[in-house]
Amino acid sequence: MASKTKTSAGLQAAKPAAALSNEEVLRYSRHLIMPEVGMDGQLKLKQAKVLCIGTGGLGAPLGLYLAAAGVGRLGLVDFDNVDFTNLQRQVLFGTSDVGRPKISAAADRLRNLNPEIQIDTFETHLSSDNALDILKDYDIIVDGTDNFPTRYLVNDACVLLGKPNVYGSIFRFEGQVTIFGYPGGPCYRCLYPEPPPPGLVPSCAEGGVLGVLPGIVGTIQAAETLKLIIGKGDPMIGRLMLFDALGMKFRELKLRKNPECPVCGEHRTITQLIDYAEFCGIRGEEAPSTVTNIPEITPLELKTRMERGDDLFILDVREVHEYQICNLNGHLIPLGELSRRVHELDSSREIVAHCRSGKRSADAVDFLRKAGFRKIWNLKGGILAWSDEVDPSVPKY
Amino acid sequence: MAEIEKEEWRMAVKVIIPTPLRAYAGKQESVEVQAATVAEALSGLTSQFGDLKKHLYTEDGRLRSFVNVYVNDEDIRYLQKDQTQLREGDTISIVPSIAGGAF
Repeated sequence: MASKTKTSAGLQAAKPAAALSNEEVLRYSRHLIMPEVGMDGQLKLKQAKVLCIGTGGLGAPLGLYLAAAGVGRLGLVDFDNVDFTNLQRQVLFGTSDVGRPKISAAADRLRNLNPEIQIDTFETHLSSDNALDILKDYDIIVDGTDNFPTRYLVNDACVLLGKPNVYGSIFRFEGQVTIFGYPGGPCYRCLYPEPPPPGLVPSCAEGGVLGVLPGIVGTIQAAETLKLIIGKGDPMIGRLMLFDALGMKFRELKLRKNPECPVCGEHRTITQLIDYAEFCGIRGEEAPSTVTNIPEITPLELKTRMERGDDLFILDVREVHEYQICNLNGHLIPLGELSRRVHELDSSREIVAHCRSGKRSADAVDFLRKAGFRKIWNLKGGILAWSDEVDPSVPKY
Repeated sequence: MAEIEKEEWRMAVKVIIPTPLRAYAGKQESVEVQAATVAEALSGLTSQFGDLKKHLYTEDGRLRSFVNVYVNDEDIRYLQKDQTQLREGDTISIVPSIAGGAF
């Protein structure tokens, strides 16, 4: 067994390792002939244990490059199934994987890529109940998750366990990368003490993401992970890399350890994992909206009323580019423009507001009710539900 | 300090708008403002783009805790916060937390 002595990197010290097999020497020859890796580095890789949280957009390049590089033990955590919208960027998966659990599809792909390594799979939601148990066996944690509660959970678990967290996150065409939780270095809470309130920052599902962006950000995370393992180069500890794919610019900002940090500061108040959904202000798993008591109409009710010839005004609060994908022939006012375009609406008419899933239009209905509109309903489930329940020829996106 | 004199102390600085907030800043990547301090620069920005205000500040006027502001590569929390003095040509970055990754 590997020595339990920890190096400053939180990595287990190299044991006088079993040598590489002839097959491995051949497989890793481009590493072995490079002095920065060499036999020494390759053996460190072989003994390394890395946990990738999320096998989606960031997890795909991470998994592929860490497996290819010969990281000896690779853990994967995900609970999701592969769907068609994933294939635009999650290059671990193929069309024939749609419907399969991501974790099985990922493990198959990575075992095929490199049968020399051990792949551990955790088909589960990472939670406060299981996180420490799952993370504790790994040297380095790579965070490729997609939501704030899990980001804070991974951060706190890494700080509590003293493990580095190679962090990457993306939005549309912009990414952030750094290493949190390295002993002595800053953590995620040093950078952002609190998450945004729900609804203020759109997720990738709402905001979209350029398919190649997670590829770029994920491969940077993979490079940082490999550097930590082999102990070469200048790791991104205390440095926050901002990447803008449209401007094709990398910028670097200083990241400081916050002495007041509640989890890694001198007077820490968080000494165990907490309820992260509550911390992030999320009531349910997928709080549909921050507003409640919104009058709703179902797609079937709307269809019936339209067929009856009722005078209904359809208000579409999505963006122009979404309207181009599909629409219900409604009047388009993107949610962000609603406050200054209210005059386009007639409060004496019956109005049905809709968006993609019903969330933005709930905000629109809430806003318009406060503005005095009384005959207004939110289309429940949005144009997605319309496609499911009324007209399957309307494409879902 | 006399008004005119104060005016002379204002510097031309560039504020870089992050992707999630560009929708509230006329879809621009960056905005030039004249300001002597970070507070002045941000108030110049929000007076130009009113919709930005609620994304940058809480209702009681504090900078939101998931939004960091940098002057060049330094976090203003470790300088003089929003009273940090600006020099001609400084770049202010607004860096909100983003969580995307998998899906």
